[in-house]
Amino acid sequence: MSELTLTVMRLGFLAVLWLFVIVAVQVIRSDLFGTRVTQRGSRREAGRPQQAARQQAAPPQQRQQAGGGRQRRNAPSKLVVSEGTLTGTTVALQGQTITLGRAHDSTIVLDDDYASSRHARIYPDRDGQWIVEDLGSTNGTYLDRSRLTTPTPIPLGAPIRIGKTVIELRK
Amino acid sequence: MSSTTNTPTHHTSTIGAIGAPSRRNTELALLLFAVAIPVFAYANVGLAIDDKVPAGLLSYGLGLGLLAGVGHLAVRKFAPYADPLLLPLATLLNGLGLVAIWRLDQSALLRQIGVAGGKATNQLLYTALGITLFVVVLIFLKDHRALQRYTYISMVGALVLLLLPLVPGLGANVYGAKIWIHVGSFTIQPGEFAKIVLAIFFAGYLMVKRDALALASRRFMGLYLPRGRDLGPIIVVWMISILILVFETDLGTSLLFFGMFVIMLYVATERTSWIVFGLLMSAAGAVGVASFEPHIQTRVQAWLDPMREYKLSQAGSHDGILHSEQAMQALWAFGSGGTLGTGWGQGHSELIRFAANSDFILATFGEELGLAGIMAILLIYGLIVERGVRTALAARDPFGKLLAIGLSGAFALQVFVVAGGVMGLIPLTGMTMPFLAYGGSSVIANWALIGILIRISDTARRPAPTPAGNPDAEMTQVVRPGAAGPVE
Repeated sequence: MSELTLTVMRLGFLAVLWLFVIVAVQVIRSDLFGTRVTQRGSRREAGRPQQAARQQAAPPQQRQQAGGGRQRRNAPSKLVVSEGTLTGTTVALQGQTITLGRAHDSTIVLDDDYASSRHARIYPDRDGQWIVEDLGSTNGTYLDRSRLTTPTPIPLGAPIRIGKTVIELRK
Repeated sequence: MSSTTNTPTHHTSTIGAIGAPSRRNTELALLLFAVAIPVFAYANVGLAIDDKVPAGLLSYGLGLGLLAGVGHLAVRKFAPYADPLLLPLATLLNGLGLVAIWRLDQSALLRQIGVAGGKATNQLLYTALGITLFVVVLIFLKDHRALQRYTYISMVGALVLLLLPLVPGLGANVYGAKIWIHVGSFTIQPGEFAKIVLAIFFAGYLMVKRDALALASRRFMGLYLPRGRDLGPIIVVWMISILILVFETDLGTSLLFFGMFVIMLYVATERTSWIVFGLLMSAAGAVGVASFEPHIQTRVQAWLDPMREYKLSQAGSHDGILHSEQAMQALWAFGSGGTLGTGWGQGHSELIRFAANSDFILATFGEELGLAGIMAILLIYGLIVERGVRTALAARDPFGKLLAIGLSGAFALQVFVVAGGVMGLIPLTGMTMPFLAYGGSSVIANWALIGILIRISDTARRPAPTPAGNPDAEMTQVVRPGAAGPVE
């Protein structure tokens, strides 16, 4: 076998060996930087609804948006449970979505036979106005005395009734 | 369904892992690569030595490919979320080892003194046994936490394995180190298996005792000093490793077990003081034993001044001590390899006589692949250890964490002790390079080790089970007209 062929094979082998090491390290890279942030505003993740409902902490930029700039004069600062087993519970409103229901991953877990697992949610719109939306509950969500059919802005102090529980937004 | 509803007013984000959780196709691609490299090397050896592609190329390639394929299918079936790198990396090392052993088989000199010839076939057989054990581990070890039940049985088992070479009639003294036993016509190195069993014991023991070992301590000069009675376990392990050193005269085995314990102790308690104590104790023990044990003394002599030992050995010194010329020969082999090596089959590593294909196989790699090749091989070992540590980090249960760190720590220590010995960094020991070196016990035990790591990584990387829908959804009572409802 000629000297040249052997030299080429020798260097070729080392190159292939190192190529393997580099490929292996490339595979590891995906483990090291293995997270991505998906904007859930744009697409449904039909397979994992529970993760969405569990989302309690808003991303920082959103929190700032709600906290500064658009802050209204009469903006509510807390949600208070005024009737039902959770009476007296308050939740600070910091721009995050609040889910209500019997499911364990709700922000406010209702111990109420007349509430559905995922009953309603309360969230701020772009202007910082708080909106309540019924999530197809069995017994419905009532704002004052009218049953909700569409997402509706919540006036300050108006009672929202879910089963035996009543909540309202306060300053 | 609820709050995923698309509203323009509300943006939240989910953080998820990139890529599918199961990475079996990546593993398959890497595995094909890992089989192709040894086949290339095999052809290269044949071309360099006999000027023709060796006749056994197809059967060796197919044999290795078949074994790797069986391993891959077993992982696909029984550990679908396991780490994609462990199997290809181990396969590549094993394949390269096979090629190097086959290359040494071609040397007339080594065949003449009976250390080579047909060894590659044996090694392929051992590899098949190793892969079989690997598959058996994956099939029967459904959950690594089952091993936790055998904590104290493991301790007894490990002690028995460690003491076996000392049993008269069973143990064998091979070149001064008593780490072998004879079973029929086979020799087995029980220490290789003891490594795994001992890791199980340490993991189970430290999981229970780590709080006592971590919290009850006084602070002194920036170090947490453990209480006297908490020093008990480390002293016992230290004594055992000293006993191994004295009676089996093997520095490597002793260092491996004590080092593994110190690593696991450190990981379990997060106290640096254990490392300080461990280093002090092992240094004191090694120096103390070396002062009266002639076999260790020769090893230390050969390490401090390999040239003198070489001359003594060549001169046929008859002072009752076996002088070893190997340390010097290994250094020469590395030296003549240079940066890029001489190329497969073109070195003269057969000049390292009796341990050329076992303890000193790294010298063959050093000569024929050069610094570049050795670095790649050490990196591959490093990657295996990295994947093991990664597995430990990802594991959700403390036992799995400790076991993974113990096994990868033992693997790393073994590579360090052997490579360091061959390269002259530390005194030589009688251990073998995992996967590369000739030897059934080593190959089989290390495949079992990789099997356990793959099992732990499968558990660790398996996505959390999705919570079952809403079991209480149907339990919502419906407000009936007329009945006393909550809303009047």
